[in-house]
Amino acid sequence: MKRYFKDIWDSFYTIGIGMGVTFRHLFTKSVTIQYPDVKLELTDRARNRLYVNMDDCIGCDQCSKACPVNCITIETVKAVPPDDLGVTSTGNPKRLWVTKFDIDIAKCCYCALCVYPCPTECIKMTDVYEFSEFDRHNLLYNFSTMTPAEVENAAMKFEKWQADKAAAKKETTDKKKAAGEKPQPKKQETGDSNKNNPPDENKSES
Amino acid sequence: MVETLEQFLPHPLLALFIHAALPMVIVFPYVLFAVWLERKVSAHMQDRLGPMRTGGWHGWSQTIADMIKMIQKEDIVPSRSDKFLFKFAPFLAFMGSYAAFAVIPFSSEYIGAHLDVGAFYILAVTSIVTLSILMAGWASNNKWSLLGAMRTSAQIVSYEIPTVVAVLSVIVATGTLNLMTISEMQSGTIFNWLIFHSPFLFIAFVLYFISSLAEVNRTPFDLPESESELVGGFHTEYSGMRWGMFMLTEYADMFLVSLLGSVLFFGGWNSPFGDFMSGPIWGVFWMISKGMFFIFVMMWLRWTLPRLRVDQLMDVCWKYLIPFAFVNLVLVALWEMIF
Amino acid sequence: MPELRTEEMVINMGPQHPSTHGVLRVELVLDGEIVVDAIPHIGYLHRCFEKHSESMNDYQQVIPYVDRMDYVAAISNELGFAIAMERMLGIEVSERVECIRVIFAELQRIASHLVAIGTYGLDIGAFTPFLHCFRDRERILDIFESTCGARLLYNYIWVGGLSHDVPTDFKDKVRDFVQYFPPKIKEYNDLLTYNKIFIDRTADVGVLPADVALNYASSGPILRGSGVNWDLRRDDPYSIYDQFEFDVVVGKGEMGTVGDCWDRYIVRVREMEQSIRIIAQAVERMPDEGDVKAAVPKRIRPPEGEIYARTETPRGELGYYIISDGSMSPYRVKARSPCFVNLSVLPAISRGSMVSDVVAIVGSIDIVLGEIDR
Ligand code: SF4
Ligand code: SF4
Repeated sequence: MKRYFKDIWDSFYTIGIGMGVTFRHLFTKSVTIQYPDVKLELTDRARNRLYVNMDDCIGCDQCSKACPVNCITIETVKAVPPDDLGVTSTGNPKRLWVTKFDIDIAKCCYCALCVYPCPTECIKMTDVYEFSEFDRHNLLYNFSTMTPAEVENAAMKFEKWQADKAAAKKETTDKKKAAGEKPQPKKQETGDSNKNNPPDENKSES
Repeated sequence: MVETLEQFLPHPLLALFIHAALPMVIVFPYVLFAVWLERKVSAHMQDRLGPMRTGGWHGWSQTIADMIKMIQKEDIVPSRSDKFLFKFAPFLAFMGSYAAFAVIPFSSEYIGAHLDVGAFYILAVTSIVTLSILMAGWASNNKWSLLGAMRTSAQIVSYEIPTVVAVLSVIVATGTLNLMTISEMQSGTIFNWLIFHSPFLFIAFVLYFISSLAEVNRTPFDLPESESELVGGFHTEYSGMRWGMFMLTEYADMFLVSLLGSVLFFGGWNSPFGDFMSGPIWGVFWMISKGMFFIFVMMWLRWTLPRLRVDQLMDVCWKYLIPFAFVNLVLVALWEMIF
Repeated sequence: MPELRTEEMVINMGPQHPSTHGVLRVELVLDGEIVVDAIPHIGYLHRCFEKHSESMNDYQQVIPYVDRMDYVAAISNELGFAIAMERMLGIEVSERVECIRVIFAELQRIASHLVAIGTYGLDIGAFTPFLHCFRDRERILDIFESTCGARLLYNYIWVGGLSHDVPTDFKDKVRDFVQYFPPKIKEYNDLLTYNKIFIDRTADVGVLPADVALNYASSGPILRGSGVNWDLRRDDPYSIYDQFEFDVVVGKGEMGTVGDCWDRYIVRVREMEQSIRIIAQAVERMPDEGDVKAAVPKRIRPPEGEIYARTETPRGELGYYIISDGSMSPYRVKARSPCFVNLSVLPAISRGSMVSDVVAIVGSIDIVLGEIDR
C-alpha cells in the first residue's frame, strides 16, 4: 500500500520537475540560427569543397595517388621545348601540360588526404559548402584550363617531338625545329576572390 | 439563436445549416493555430525557434501552407486495403469529434443544441472516434496499423470509465446534465467555479484531465500512434488530406476535451472577474482562452514526458484512476449531502 | 463452437523504422503484443570496408574508412587503428599528442553518449531531451571543427601523430566545456533519467545477467550495465589512460534488476561525468609546445607480421586485427566491432517482452549500423 501511494507521489513529483525544466527552457534563448539568412562563420580549417589553383599545379599526380576513393583523375602531356610553362608561385618548375584534372566531388569524402602531399600547395579545401546540384554529373569538376583544341595541340606536339627525338637518335642528326604555332596556356585570374567561385562546370569529354 | 437566424434567412433549413456550421468557424482556425502553437512551444522548449520563414512573423502561416500542401498531395490507397473503410474512416473520425461540439456552450447566447443530456451526449458521441480508428487500422491491412488500432480501442474503452466517473462527480454536484445550465450555475466570480466548489471536485478535475489525455491520445498516453514504436500507428498508411483529417480530429478532440473541462470545472464562458468583461462576445473569448490554456498544458506535457507501455497504460487506468474516481465520486456525493 | 484459432504474427521492424537506429531489421514473432522471438537481420549498410582497406595504396588511406564505421564516434575508431599501427611500427608518440588524443577520445565519448541517451529518450517517447543532447553535442563538434575542420568524420588521428595541431585557444575551449557540461547532465537527469515514466519503461526491462553478457562477449556499457567491472581503459591501458584518475561505472540495479535497460542507460550518463574528469586532468597535463607530426612516418611500411590491438570506444571493445605482408598496403584489416557483438544479445533478452520493450532494448544496446555492417 505504501508503495502504491509512493508511486503516485513519485509520478507527480518527477513529472513536475520535468515540466519545470521544459518551462524554463521555454524562455531561454534559442541556440539555432536562421540558416539561409544567417550563416555561421566557418573556421579557416574548414574542410569543404576542393579547389585547385591550376596555375601552380605541376601535374605530379601526388594528390590522385593519395586519394582513398580515387576521385581525382589527372592526365598530363609533357611540355616540349620551346614551350616553357614557367614556374609555380612556390618555385617549382612546371614541366607538364595538365590536360585533364577532374575531381568527382560527389565521390569525395572530404578527408583532405590529397591536400598534404601536394608539393606546391595548390590543391586545398575551401569553406564553400553550398554546391548541391540537381544533376550529379555537374559535380564532376573540371579544373583543367585547357580547351580540347589546346589539348590536342599539346599532344600532337609531344608526339611529334617524340618522333623527332626517335628519328634524331636514329639518324644522330640535328633536331628539327618544331613547326606550327605555339599554344599559350589560358591564364586564369588569380587572387583570393576567385577561390570560392565554382569551377568550370563543363562535362567531361570522356 | 436559431430563431434569430431564421428571421433573417429565407429558409429555416438554411438557418439550421448555418447554425450547425458555426463551430467550424472556431474549430478550423483554432486547429491551424494549435498546430502552429504546438510547433512553437515544442521548439522553444528545445531551445529552437520552430517555423520562422513562412509568412513573416514567426512563421505564422506555416500551417496554412502545410494544409495547402496536404490538399494537393496524391491520395494513396493501398491496393490490398479495404477501400471503402479506408477512405471513410478519416471522415467518420472527424464527424465524431465535430458532432460533439454541438452541445458545447460557446457563450451564453450560443450553443448548437440545447440538449438536456449534453454531457452524456458528448461522452457518447466521442466514442465514434474509437470506431473510426479501429476501421482505419483494420482497413489499412498493415500489421503496424492493426497493432495501433488494437491499442487504441483498448485504451479508449478503458479510459472512458474514469472520464465518465469524473464527469459524474460534477453532475452529482450540479444535478444536471445540461452543459448550459452547468455554465450558468457558475456565473459570478472565480470562486463560483466548480473547481473551487469542494476539494473533491478538484481531484475530480485532475482525474478528468489525466483520463482525457488518454482519450485524445496525447503523451504520455499516445500509444496508438507512438511514432517510435509503431511507425505511425493506425495512420501509417494514410497520406495527404486523409491523414490531415486524422490530424484535424486529433486537435479538434484536444479542443473538445479542453472546452468540456472548462465548462465542467472552470466556469465555461463566465468571466473570472464577475461582471467585468462578461457578455456573449466575451463569453466566446473566455471559453476559447480557457480551452487554449488546457491545450497549452497538454503540449507542455507532451514535450516533457516519455510514453507509457501498453500494460502500464492499463495499470494506470484500472489500478489508479478508476479506484480513485469511484472513491472520489462517493466523497463528492457525501459532501453534497452534508453541505 | 470450435476452439478459436490463434496464430503468431511475424512482423518486420525495420529496415525503415524510426527506432532501429539506422537500417537494422528485426524480425519479430509476436503473440499479440508479446514478443516470442526477435531475430536481428543485418547487412543493409555493408560497404566492404575491410575489403576496401586491402586495396589502398597506403595505410594512411584506411583511416577515412575506419572513420565511417562507427560514424558517431569516429575519433575512437581512428585512435584504435592508429594505436594498432604504432605498435606494429614501434612508434612512440609524444606526451602532447597523447594528451590531445585522450581529450579528443573522451570528448568523442561524451558526444557519442549524448547521441545514445538522446535517441534513447526518443525511443521511449520523450523528444525534448534528444534536442537538448544534440545542442550540447554541437559544442563538442565545434571544438573538433576548429581543430581539424570536420564535424563528423575527422581523419584527425594519424598513424604516429595528428593531422593538425590544436588551435591556440583549444585549452580555453575545452575548459569552458568542462565547466559548462556537468549542470547539463543534471538537467538530463531531471528531465529524463529520474522521470517515473522513464523508469517504469526501462527498469526491469531487457535484463541481461552478467554471465549471459560475458558468454555473449559483450563489452562496453552493456557489459558494465550488467555489473561487470571491466573497462579497457583501466584493465588494458592504451595511450596514457593509466595515468588518469577515473572510476569505472557499473550498473547496480538501482531502479530494478542489475543489467536492465535503465542500468545500461545510467552507465552512459555517469561515464560522461567520468570523461569530464579525464578531460580536466588531460588539459592540465598537456604540454603547450610540441610538433604533433614529429613521429608521423614518411611512408608506412610495417614489417611482415600481424597485430591485434583493442581500445574502449563508447560502444565497447573495438579491436583491430591487421596483417601486413611487408608492403605498403595492408594484407588484411579486420575490425572486431563492439556493436556487432553487443547486438547478438538482442534475441536472448527480448523474448517474452512487449513490442515497446524491443524498442527500449535496441535503444539501450546503442548500436550503430555502420559499425555492425562495415
Ligand atoms: S578530400 Fe579525400 S576524397 Fe576528396 S579528393 Fe581529396 S583525397 Fe580524395
Ligand atoms: S599534388 Fe598538387 S601539383 Fe601535384 S597534381 Fe595534385 S594538385 Fe597538382
